[in-house]
Amino acid sequence: MNLRRRYLRDRLMQLLVYLGTLVVLIPLFFILYYVFVQGIGALNWEFFTRPPAPPGEEGGGMLPAIVGSLIVDTLALFIAAVFGIAAGILLAEYPDHPLNPVLRLVSDVMAGLPAILMGLVAFVLVVQPMGHFSGLSGSVALALIMVPIIVRTTEGVLKLIPWEITEAGLALGLPRWRVILSLVLPAARGGIVTGLMLALARGAGEAAPLIFTAFGNPFLTFNPLEPMDTLPLKLYVYAISPYEDWHRQAWGAALLLAAAIMVTNYLARRAMRS
Amino acid sequence: MAEDVRMETKDLSVYYGKHPGVRGVSLPVHDREITALIGPSGCGKTTFLRALNRMHDLNPIVRVEGQVLLDGEDIYDPGVDPVLIRRRVGMVFQRPTPFPTMNIFENVVAGLRLAGVKDRKQLQQAAERALKMAALWDEVKDRLHQPAVGLSGGQQQRLSIARALAVEPEVLLMDEPTSALDPVSTQAIEDLLTRLKENVTIVIVTHNMQQAARVSDRTAFFLDGELIEFGRTEQVFTNPKDPRTEAYITGRFG
Repeated sequence: MNLRRRYLRDRLMQLLVYLGTLVVLIPLFFILYYVFVQGIGALNWEFFTRPPAPPGEEGGGMLPAIVGSLIVDTLALFIAAVFGIAAGILLAEYPDHPLNPVLRLVSDVMAGLPAILMGLVAFVLVVQPMGHFSGLSGSVALALIMVPIIVRTTEGVLKLIPWEITEAGLALGLPRWRVILSLVLPAARGGIVTGLMLALARGAGEAAPLIFTAFGNPFLTFNPLEPMDTLPLKLYVYAISPYEDWHRQAWGAALLLAAAIMVTNYLARRAMRS
Repeated sequence: MAEDVRMETKDLSVYYGKHPGVRGVSLPVHDREITALIGPSGCGKTTFLRALNRMHDLNPIVRVEGQVLLDGEDIYDPGVDPVLIRRRVGMVFQRPTPFPTMNIFENVVAGLRLAGVKDRKQLQQAAERALKMAALWDEVKDRLHQPAVGLSGGQQQRLSIARALAVEPEVLLMDEPTSALDPVSTQAIEDLLTRLKENVTIVIVTHNMQQAARVSDRTAFFLDGELIEFGRTEQVFTNPKDPRTEAYITGRFG
């Protein structure tokens, strides 16, 4: 009798867990489905190969935004990787360093700040001194968003590397920096790459911090010192425009962005497993 | 100091915070001999061993007092670079530690290559020499470029020894190098020790008293962080002076 009640309760809890999972998954699938249905029609040859048409005219494409996204995001990842990995090493390998409490505080606060604030910081740091908007300033804004993610994942994976490896390296008469660089970091490579990709996926989807940094540019440019367009920025601008054709293209940009970020996330997970 | 003493500790104490792990140990290490450190778990023998090449440096709660002389020079003098000390005084650990991202060859020459030796031929010669000394050459010579983690435990430990030998240390510290190994691998490493001492001075920590009796020239018995007895291995095992030593080696405790 008692046992049967327990079985019943077990079943009930299982049901609740499945139900909860479903409640979480339904909106996710709905969003992906909706973006796919709305966006797939916009993805044609022109979309990938042409600059935008003038306002109000039909046609045109996303080429400047696609190229801009690639350049701005890659540059941002590069900047963020240098600072993020360095900070992660300091936190994990030199736990008693006097700089660490400050570093950890700054990193945690940064992780919690709204993305648009990072745009403001990049505006003050880069746009004002340069005197004009630029893809580079957008990269700095995105890098500020990426850094805390990279710091956290790098510190985490480095702490998983057995201490014995460090000791074995030191016992060979190698200096500490050499042991970290050539023995510990390579052993943690998979996890660090995962962190970089997660940070990339996070930064690549941001539009707000780019509004007053990368600014947008209807013409194709490969020079990050000029204003640049990116997919999220274009998506935002087109979505609030009054033109039917731009709305269609905004959905296309949304689909492309979602697909790119999902692929990045998938690759990140695969790198983690290896 | 006697002519044949390579290393010597003078009144060496090691503290973990306030707790003394090693108390006032003075012990000579003779050139090209095997010195065995024995004693029950927690007696401070590993702590003592790690003080001999400054492996405690990275742990901020550990404090070392007293002197450790290497060829008459105190390795804890403020001007001494621990990296240079560890180059001369190598270490093999209890568990084999192949570098996971490197193949067998890269593992053996890691100490040389990462210190800046680039000459391919020199590296190959060093690898062959070290692997032969560690009695591993015949088993791995046809698969030098395969991952080191694919080797068996005993082979990995001999690889760790080869790696330590490749940088040609003057003294080799070994922390229970066979405790994780099967009898065949243990035998291989013991044979190796006896051959190695022609070139290298060896200090070995072991839990296995038969091993200490078999391979070492001198034996030091530790208890509660203190050095109880030190002498020629034969004397310590057949005619111990201290009753505590006798009690330990006859298996009455520990």
